[in-house]
Amino acid sequence: MIDKGAPLLALDKVETRIGPYHILHGVDLVVPEGGATMLLGRNGAGKTTTARTVMALWRASAGTVTFGGRDITREDAPTIARLGVGYVPENMGIFSDLTVAENLRLAAISGQLDPKRLEVIFNAFPAMKRFWLGRAGTLSGGQKQMLSIARAIVEPRRLLIIDEPTKGLAPAIIANMIGVFRDLKATGVTILMIEQNFALARAIGDTVAVMEDGRIVHHGGMAELADDDALQRRLLGLSMSAHQ
Amino acid sequence: MSKPVTAPVTADIPRQPVDWLPVALPLIVAVAAFPLVGNPWTWLTLTIAGLAMGMIIFTVSSGLMLVFGLMDVLNFGHGAFIALGAYVGLAVLIPLTPWVEATSVLLNSAVFALALCAGVIVAGVVGFVFDRLLIQPVYGNHLKQILMTTGGLIIVEQLIRAIWGAETVSFNLPASLRGSWLLGEAAVERYRIVALGIGSAVFLGLLLVLTRTRIGLMIRAGVENREMLEAMGYRTRHLFVGVFVVGAMLAGLGGVMWGLYLQNFTASIGAQINVLIFIVIIIGGLGSTTGCLIGALLVGLTSNYVGFAAPKIALFSNILLMLLILLWRPQGLYRVVDR
Repeated sequence: MIDKGAPLLALDKVETRIGPYHILHGVDLVVPEGGATMLLGRNGAGKTTTARTVMALWRASAGTVTFGGRDITREDAPTIARLGVGYVPENMGIFSDLTVAENLRLAAISGQLDPKRLEVIFNAFPAMKRFWLGRAGTLSGGQKQMLSIARAIVEPRRLLIIDEPTKGLAPAIIANMIGVFRDLKATGVTILMIEQNFALARAIGDTVAVMEDGRIVHHGGMAELADDDALQRRLLGLSMSAHQ
Repeated sequence: MSKPVTAPVTADIPRQPVDWLPVALPLIVAVAAFPLVGNPWTWLTLTIAGLAMGMIIFTVSSGLMLVFGLMDVLNFGHGAFIALGAYVGLAVLIPLTPWVEATSVLLNSAVFALALCAGVIVAGVVGFVFDRLLIQPVYGNHLKQILMTTGGLIIVEQLIRAIWGAETVSFNLPASLRGSWLLGEAAVERYRIVALGIGSAVFLGLLLVLTRTRIGLMIRAGVENREMLEAMGYRTRHLFVGVFVVGAMLAGLGGVMWGLYLQNFTASIGAQINVLIFIVIIIGGLGSTTGCLIGALLVGLTSNYVGFAAPKIALFSNILLMLLILLWRPQGLYRVVDR
């Protein structure tokens, strides 16, 4: 049962250091269950670090991360993944020596691929069916991104963390992805997406958080930000309407 | 799983051209060596000896291929497991001399199998301890890995000397594995045929596990992107401990076979073959099972042909072989891991 609006993921004063660098300076972020939260900000603001900290790929040096009411700050990445968190990293993280089929089989922790979910994936990304037995390394950039997303949704997840899924993709593929993410949202899955493409962010996002220098500097409804050019300029340095 | 999912849609699959040239290399070397050897029966004897030697080298190298090629652990102590295998095999064969000398093929096979099993088990157990004590604390740091594993090799060698003595040990093969079969005028040693069989079984087994099982999938994926595999819910530490232990067990198996092949050896048996193993892995390409096999066969064949035709450069032949292969393919014959 999805409690729409209740926080599924919450970060409280999270700080992350990578070697000598202090990247996150007390991030407070709430991701409500059942919607899409867009994490925006300039390059280097700390968005990817936030996602990696949630996944325990980098450790929070201070603060707490809670998922579904459970403190996961000290948990490791496999535990967090098995709690129902799917992760699509910025570099896609596909296993290029494995086939598309092997990538998806591995992503199914249960060891079994659900034919119904596969049909959903094949409908959304027909290339996955076409290249089923092809090596993932031979796919195009867009197809690799599709595979990366397909892997994250091959089993039911409570939360999907997706880091810049449209980076480097052609507009036609991005338009297709908007449809896919909307369909995903309709299934009730919660999405936390890092995105630089404002058109996609506005099309999908319910709530938005903006980061700057390792902190959340704005948190609110997507509609509120989308309708306020001045706010966009202040937070992001440009206007969404200029980037349609 | 529904049919449309499993059925290959061959028309649209991007075809990977199969790179057959490295597979043909041992054949090319064998054919090229024929005029140098001259006599066809001598050539056949050398070829079978080279292939058998190559298969034993593959068996001892396959463990390091997994550990160095796949896990990126520079294990200079791999020779310790080979030496352990050889001495544990000896420890089984000596007390069971009546079985070794018996005219019964069954008793000979049983004592041979016991020696192999004991070598594998002891090397596996020591490999587990080795991993916990020496490898895990220095994971990801090559310089420290070299220092720690070289230290581990020295410790194991000294323990072997303390237990079995520093002198050269010698022992006999089980009776039915001694001698040769005659193939025309070529003498084919029985043990070499057995070594060919065991090496082939190890190769097929590794290939099957790595390409047809879920564990194999996890290993191949973990090698390419360990972090992503963890983010998908898999604990790679346990997986890589298992790979290290299997690598040690294969070295133990190869150690028993190498010891029986030499029949005279000291505690340095592992250290002496260490360089050869690294040559094989570098020739084959990091992480490639097939490359490792071809590399081992090339080393075995070259050693035998050169040892016969030009003994003075026999010691140098493997380095020259590696040099030529790397000039042709700087990443080795087949590259699996980018490193």
